Amino acid sequence: MAQATADHGEHEATTTGLNHRKMLMWAFLGSDCMFFGSLIATYLVYKGRSLEGPLPIDVFSIPTTSVSTFVLLMSSMSMVLAYSALRRNRMKTFRVWLASTAIMGMTFLAFQVFEFRVFANHEVVVDCHAPIGELSIVELSVRNDKTVGCEATGHDEVEKQVGLTPKTNLFGSTFFTLTGFHGAHVTLGVIWLLTMFFLSFKKGMVTPERNLDLDLAALYWHFVDIVWIIIFTVVYLFGVFPGFA
Amino acid sequence: MTQESQAIQHEAAHPTPGTYFKIAMVLSILTAIEVGIFYLEFLSYGIIPILVLLSGAKFILVCMYYMHLKFDDRIFSTMFVAGLITAAGVTLALMTLFSFFA
Repeated sequence: MAQATADHGEHEATTTGLNHRKMLMWAFLGSDCMFFGSLIATYLVYKGRSLEGPLPIDVFSIPTTSVSTFVLLMSSMSMVLAYSALRRNRMKTFRVWLASTAIMGMTFLAFQVFEFRVFANHEVVVDCHAPIGELSIVELSVRNDKTVGCEATGHDEVEKQVGLTPKTNLFGSTFFTLTGFHGAHVTLGVIWLLTMFFLSFKKGMVTPERNLDLDLAALYWHFVDIVWIIIFTVVYLFGVFPGFA
Repeated sequence: MTQESQAIQHEAAHPTPGTYFKIAMVLSILTAIEVGIFYLEFLSYGIIPILVLLSGAKFILVCMYYMHLKFDDRIFSTMFVAGLITAAGVTLALMTLFSFFA
């Protein structure tokens, strides 16, 4: 019992001997697993059932998403380093790492906004002389389009904007719902971290003795990270893998 | 054992910044491997278990070290794993119901 309470400088008596706030945070994270589990399940269930494009293979850019994944992973490292610095009463170091974490979180969000914009403005270019068997669903629909298609225009190459939005197809609906909710979690996390950063300048608000406040924010932040680890593999890597379409 | 000595013992159990950095490097390497093997076409369907294992390893590393489950009370692990198992169960049940594996 004393372990958790003494560790955080709070000597409250509880039936389990564990801090109530930390217990509540873990209960919340357990329930959030179910929330994201349902969203991932919905995405998988509807995967490959879209009647029209664009599909994952048309829009995903694995190199870009790998960079944003790396940024989020590194933000987890800076988060634990901020926590470690606070426990050691190194306030300047703590603030540097905490600000770094928030900046990396914002960078991840910027990547996500960029990605969503690219998807919404996705343009398909089709070579009219390419064999039909080699064209994807969305390329085929552009090729046969009655206004801008190959036959209609008589051009050697045609192009059309076929953006992906939540309304476009099942893939768009489930993808934006899943990644959008994750992005909302990251946004909340960034607000939380920035609040702690600014509070740390107020005397007595963020101290080594009250490190549980930061510990809870850190748990939330790492959870957001592990959810992205799953999304990156299941949605992005499996999404572009031909045998899994 | 006094509260103070327990606190000191707990402090010692927490990883050092060096360990956190090493884990971050391992996570980065695992991500690089994931992206790397993704481009190896000869792996075909073999890529699925490999990617599941690699992301599982990353997941566990973050939970154990960054979220301190390795060092904290087991009740926290139980609460989290219970949610995780339920989530996995719901996911598998939905996928089966909607003939994902058919």
